[in-house]
Amino acid sequence: MKVTYNDFVIRFANVNGSGSASANGMFAKALFRMGVPTATRNIFPSNIQGLPTWFEVRLNENGYLGRREGVDIMVAMNAETIVEDIASVVPGGYLLYDNTKPLAKTLVREDINEIGIPIAALMLPEFSDPKQRSLFKNITYLGALAGLLNIEFDVITGMVATQYKGKDALIAPNIRALEVGRDYALKYLDGPLPLQVRRSDAVGDRIMIEGNAAAALGSLYGGATVCAWYPITPSTSVAEAFEKYGNQLRVDADTGEKKFAYLQAEDELSAIGVVIGAAWNGARAFTATSGPGLSLMSEFLGLAYFAEIPAVLWDIQRSGPSTGMPTRTQQGDLVSAAYASHGDTRHPLLFPATPKECFEFGADSLDLADRLQTPIIVLSDLELGMNDSLSEPLVWDDARKYDRGKVLDAKALDELDVFGRYLDVDGDGIGYRTLPGTHPEKGAFFTRGTSRDEFARYTESPDAYERNMERLLVKWDTAKKLVPAAEVHATDKRVGVIFYGTTALPMPEAMDRLSEEGITLDTCRIRAFPFGEEIIDFVNNHELVFVVEQNRDAQMRTLLINEGDFDPSKFVAILYFGGLSISADTIQQQISDYYKENKLPRLTEVSS
Amino acid sequence: MTFVVKPKIHHPQLPLNELGLTRRDYEGAVSTLCAGCGHDSVSAAIVQACAELSLPPHRFAKISGIGCSSKTPSYFLNKSHGFNSVHGRMPSVATGANLANRDLVCVGVSGDGDSASIGLGQFAHIVRRRINMLYLVDNNGTYGLTKGQFSATNDKGSTSKKGAPNLYEPIDLISMALQIGASFVARSFSGDRGQLVPLIKAGLRHHGMAFIDVISPCVAFNNHEGSTKSYEFIREHGQNVIETDYVASHAEITADYEEGSRENVDMPDGSVLQLYKVDADYDPHDRVGALNYVQRRQQEGEVVTGLLYVDPDATDCHEILGTVQRPLSELEEVDLCPGNDALQSINASLR
Repeated sequence: MKVTYNDFVIRFANVNGSGSASANGMFAKALFRMGVPTATRNIFPSNIQGLPTWFEVRLNENGYLGRREGVDIMVAMNAETIVEDIASVVPGGYLLYDNTKPLAKTLVREDINEIGIPIAALMLPEFSDPKQRSLFKNITYLGALAGLLNIEFDVITGMVATQYKGKDALIAPNIRALEVGRDYALKYLDGPLPLQVRRSDAVGDRIMIEGNAAAALGSLYGGATVCAWYPITPSTSVAEAFEKYGNQLRVDADTGEKKFAYLQAEDELSAIGVVIGAAWNGARAFTATSGPGLSLMSEFLGLAYFAEIPAVLWDIQRSGPSTGMPTRTQQGDLVSAAYASHGDTRHPLLFPATPKECFEFGADSLDLADRLQTPIIVLSDLELGMNDSLSEPLVWDDARKYDRGKVLDAKALDELDVFGRYLDVDGDGIGYRTLPGTHPEKGAFFTRGTSRDEFARYTESPDAYERNMERLLVKWDTAKKLVPAAEVHATDKRVGVIFYGTTALPMPEAMDRLSEEGITLDTCRIRAFPFGEEIIDFVNNHELVFVVEQNRDAQMRTLLINEGDFDPSKFVAILYFGGLSISADTIQQQISDYYKENKLPRLTEVSS
Repeated sequence: MTFVVKPKIHHPQLPLNELGLTRRDYEGAVSTLCAGCGHDSVSAAIVQACAELSLPPHRFAKISGIGCSSKTPSYFLNKSHGFNSVHGRMPSVATGANLANRDLVCVGVSGDGDSASIGLGQFAHIVRRRINMLYLVDNNGTYGLTKGQFSATNDKGSTSKKGAPNLYEPIDLISMALQIGASFVARSFSGDRGQLVPLIKAGLRHHGMAFIDVISPCVAFNNHEGSTKSYEFIREHGQNVIETDYVASHAEITADYEEGSRENVDMPDGSVLQLYKVDADYDPHDRVGALNYVQRRQQEGEVVTGLLYVDPDATDCHEILGTVQRPLSELEEVDLCPGNDALQSINASLR
């Protein structure tokens, strides 16, 4: 028997609210603790209980963590979706199901391996309580998988002990359920299978964390003191993690008082209003939302752009438009975020690709907002935000100081002859601001969204308005040098590929596969908008540039054409927008097809 | 429109307050509102109240929404920062401002369009949150800047300048504020400085959400016969239920009122709010009673004014949230950043 180690995709098909999440999470964590690079994807409905939900785990020794098409092992625990679940298994793959009731003949596939376990029947003699029987089904298939895939049993039992610490009565029955599953797999099935897990050191010192939790930690470390938000999937856990970590790490030891304010607002309009009010008054403030919230916040974003008030907005993108598919991922808010609001507006965007980058951008975005005196929008997505992802450990430089930007204190005001809030003293388009209450006589001004001159005095002078709008463009140019630069890997190839955010995940795998076909590309991972010189150069230096993204309208391509004034024919859109995360297969196939259709030269052809 | 700077010369006989400042030190830019606008009287009352309380003129955060009322924060306290924000959203901006720096006196000015229509949700929720601030509504029942449409506080049957009646029920912000948990609720009239100034002083000193609905006639669009927010109508139908006097902590109480009708309310900062009940049955500490009273009188066509409800022991949002006493805006790295060691422990917990 040829055994493949540490390289498969397993998908659990469950019913929402049946307690499967905990068992599935333990499964993934066990693989991670055995040192195998593991990626998890929760594909869930907008529902509390009853609708189908899937949990996909990919492990790969090479560290390919993006989504790959095809399911090697299907754990089919939902009768409602069993037809499509069985259909999704790759030929030669495995179907694990509860054969207490036999599988309908019409569902039998000759090209896959059926593994029937009478889970319900096994539960009957073990647990008298029907609710327990139902819940422990999940733990039982987890035990069976441990036997079938050769997962170290101690790792799983250890997790059970940790998870139910303090509820010790639950430990023994959980372990019993695990044993029932494992013993059945070893005794009656041909376990272990040719697909197996074995201990590895490929994880190294990496951690497993959701992007949203990392974003919250980054905001906390970056000095955010006001978090105002309104619940919306998939962003809610950013705010909730901020509160959780705040309660752990930001409480005055003597008084028990909190060094942060956490406010669930009545809607997104209010959430961003609180953020802008707090930032105007000197606190570092942020909100987290998703597409519909971004739309609601647009008027305020225009005010903050024009009045030049720092703000940080995390948009954890989901499928739109409207409510779209609220629990599915997408990179669909680029254009609406970049130009949010009425009149001429532009906002810097950041595109984190990993939890570590979520952490870093959490802090960096607060610095940038203060430095540029404008809203910074961080575009994450459900894929990154809500899935446990393998990440480099988070690091904070204790010598780092917050960049509060150009803020004049009372002493600076005393030394100043003339204060004009919107005077471009330094030529970088950024004026000096003062905070309320700073000085008894100097520096007070009236902030408004209507036209004003350099001294913040109301005016409807056409010249003053134009001068101000032109200065904001100077500031925009300054922003290009301050936002995180793109990651460019270029070796003078004629064709390049641009991607960003979670599209980076399947990219290494897609590149390796394309390379086997003789297609090699220079790469550019965009990390921010406005585009820095390195991005403009990358486009200029390539004859053709693929832009890979997860939306229908090729929104990054639109931004590149619009901001870089490039010839649109230079860009080829590689798109996926079905609501799952983009797969290596999709990227490989679309690029490969383009090469075929346009008869582009490949490495092998060039050299022959 | 031009920006007019007022001359800074003080009349030598202007009285000085405890900070050695005159009323002029609390003023703002010259108003650009119509001559006779009630809102200017409200601004003047704010100036007087702040000067008499000897509050440092630069330690305010003035927030407003959009509309005639919301322009007014530039007409008072020009040594303090002001923020003319977005239509109907003053409450959220004020919430943020107050969360950031609890030491500044937060004054929010809004209008009836701003607070009762587009911003009704924000009005309701800031009251629930009990932000420690003075929330003033310059209530004229009309949209002035867009030339005289009815607002949501306009009474049913009240007519426009051209004679068309308002067909819809009015929203009474006072009743809403009482219902949702404001701990200081008052109504006044821009034309009654004697009543308004002590109410503003008390509202500024109140710890928690102080809401004052100020009927403030619009001379351009809502001061005609048939309007229920005109100078004439309010002078005829206004009914002062409780007269208020605000006495700083050390000042002698001199007013002479009939025994039994006077009540002293001790404020948290040691000052005293003196109430003189015009209607002996009225209890300003009974939220439900106040609500009933206001609504019943309203049914009879009367506009009840004065301090309608006060809870001197109220809490504010910072107490609800349990935030530190120091303003959040003043906290620095050493206060805010947990450091790399703590982060490494978090990493370890995620393996």
